[in-house]
Amino acid sequence: MESSQEAREVIGDYKAGWHDSENSTIRFDAGLSEQVVRDISEIKNEPNWMTEIRVKAYKHFVDRPMPTWGNMGMLKNIDFEKVCYYLRSSKATENDWDEVPEEIRNTFDKLGIPDAEQKWLSGVTAQYESEAVYHSIRDDLVAQGVIFLDMDSGLREYPDLVKKWFCSVVPYSDNKFSALNTAVWSGGSFIYVPKGVHVEMPVQAYFRINAKNIGQFERTLIIADEGSSIHYVEGCTAPTYSTDSLHSAVVELIALPGSHIRYSTVQNWSANVYNLVTKRGIAHENSKIEWVDGNIGSKLTMKYPSVILKGEGSHAEVISVAYSGKGQHQDAGAKIHHLASNTTSKILSKSISKDGGRGTYRGMVTVSSKAENCKLNVVCDALILDEKSRSDTYPTMEVSNSTAKCEHEASVSKVSDDQLFYLMSRGHTEEEALALIVNGFFEPFTRELPMEYAVELNKLMALEMEGSIG
Amino acid sequence: MESKTPLLEIVNLHAGIEDNKILNGINIEIGPGEIHAIMGRNGSGKTTTANIIMGHPDFDIEEGKINLNGINLLELEPWERAKNGVFLSFQYPQAVPGLQVGNFLKKSVASIRGADAAKGVNFRGLLKDSMKELNMPSSFLSRYVNDGFSGGEKKRFEILQMMLLQPKLAILDETDSGLDIDGIKTVATGINSAIRGTDSGALIITHYSRILDHVKPDKIHVLIDGKIVATGDASLANDLEENGYDWLENKIKSEGEV
Repeated sequence: MESSQEAREVIGDYKAGWHDSENSTIRFDAGLSEQVVRDISEIKNEPNWMTEIRVKAYKHFVDRPMPTWGNMGMLKNIDFEKVCYYLRSSKATENDWDEVPEEIRNTFDKLGIPDAEQKWLSGVTAQYESEAVYHSIRDDLVAQGVIFLDMDSGLREYPDLVKKWFCSVVPYSDNKFSALNTAVWSGGSFIYVPKGVHVEMPVQAYFRINAKNIGQFERTLIIADEGSSIHYVEGCTAPTYSTDSLHSAVVELIALPGSHIRYSTVQNWSANVYNLVTKRGIAHENSKIEWVDGNIGSKLTMKYPSVILKGEGSHAEVISVAYSGKGQHQDAGAKIHHLASNTTSKILSKSISKDGGRGTYRGMVTVSSKAENCKLNVVCDALILDEKSRSDTYPTMEVSNSTAKCEHEASVSKVSDDQLFYLMSRGHTEEEALALIVNGFFEPFTRELPMEYAVELNKLMALEMEGSIG
Repeated sequence: MESKTPLLEIVNLHAGIEDNKILNGINIEIGPGEIHAIMGRNGSGKTTTANIIMGHPDFDIEEGKINLNGINLLELEPWERAKNGVFLSFQYPQAVPGLQVGNFLKKSVASIRGADAAKGVNFRGLLKDSMKELNMPSSFLSRYVNDGFSGGEKKRFEILQMMLLQPKLAILDETDSGLDIDGIKTVATGINSAIRGTDSGALIITHYSRILDHVKPDKIHVLIDGKIVATGDASLANDLEENGYDWLENKIKSEGEV
């Protein structure tokens, strides 16, 4: 009785906060050691080189201190010894939903994944705890040579491709959490799009954490060969527990000449998840990488999608929104490095904080001395909904070439009583009025999402605005 | 007309904001199909009156009542007043970046007139006709609410909302300011077609008589220092235009209330 009351209080309006009973076939004891890392590799029957990278990464993780920026107060509460680093709930990755264990299938049904798959996706991978439980891709794409697998299958079936690109964009030594991910990674997506192939409909990955105190460490690698294009969409949710979970992913994108990768995320982890993710892409000549990054959930997110503009004429865009409610800190932003001439970039960051939540924009754009005629544009807008909440902006620009054209705009605004009154006079309750303002604020982001996601996000924000007027 | 229940009844309204008293006992009665105007200088309490009828939360009502068709508006939230047929065309309409005009109109019509009114041909037909009447291009629908609108566009958009929401009582707070003469004519046509010959009424707040030449109000109330000091027919507007508010104040001083 008491506990269900507590659960309700913790869950609040978070609709994905239920959890299934835990029927894990393999659950490692909590805690991290070289042996744990080797055991994960062994269970997966990996080649030696991968085991060795894992072990090196583990050692680096141990030696590497915690970041001295972001939210140090929250970071120091992560107890790496209490995290379970590997949990498998299903024996295999199925390509038919009927073969997926019923309870897990029900979870994804509730989240609407099989439905979305039929309507508007080219392929789906669904990860539950540490492993992908379902995977499919349209036959016509397979026929064109598109590879879309979970990362473990990718390593088994295409070891040479994986070996060539793995850690080539994000080395394990990049930061403490990329080291952790490289040591214990499991699941994630592996995608290769052959030359000239355009994957018209998006492919989607859905990440679900179900068990308590678990860490999810998926690893994603996307290679778009010359002149190809792909749109990858990921969503994430987890049950609400009073103890914390850790999600630490690494995503590497390689856009070869003339290709286009768009990577969209709507992250709605429950408010007990630490979300510490490294996402980076390398853009070759005349290619384009776009990160469309929505952060609605989690306790602490530290994530700065990055693009290295390595090839001449390449383009990067990072469009992100962050919503920080009670007890949440979204420390998000973008990093773009202009290494080649005639490269262009655009960063648009929108953050909303409410009920004491904290939003931080942390961005860096650099232009190297050899890169001529680069154009960069940075816009960050913050909307603060009450006096308790906080928003900070840390924009950095290091421009070493005088031909660069740089634009930077930042704004912080509040919802005014007059704005609310105007909308209320048109028949909208105060909560509805606030949702209209908030959804409008996020509109430059939502219009970049597939329609189904945009509708979902608007609903989600309307839900967040409920009970917010006191 | 005498036998009809009034559409809007404001009785002895005293109100202010924090410690500033703004309205000192206002009485206005508008019957169905009538258009009234409130004139007065800046700071006389015109906009306060409009905001209070709509339910702006900043104002304190000390005394008095406001009824619409016998319903006590003072007990209702602004959105409930809107659903009961009160509409305010704002002097300074607020921008909502990211909220598309078309989407906003549909949502507001659904909220005030019901889901059916916001669907299919019902909605599209009225929207198309109203925009045509107001000389608004269809590209307007994909812009964001009042975001980057010119003064004239904002006022036209307020009137467009009025035409779609079909209120029982339309309050137009300086809808004429910022409009050129053609704009005033267009807006006046909109007001006339929305009110004349219906059960609805309008209260037009203005500094100038220009719009009143086109709307021809049934009554004009002159507000000075939060009190209605004179009520008359349309000719009062012309007298004021010619002689100014000083003339009226002096006249009152020498004759008492007109």
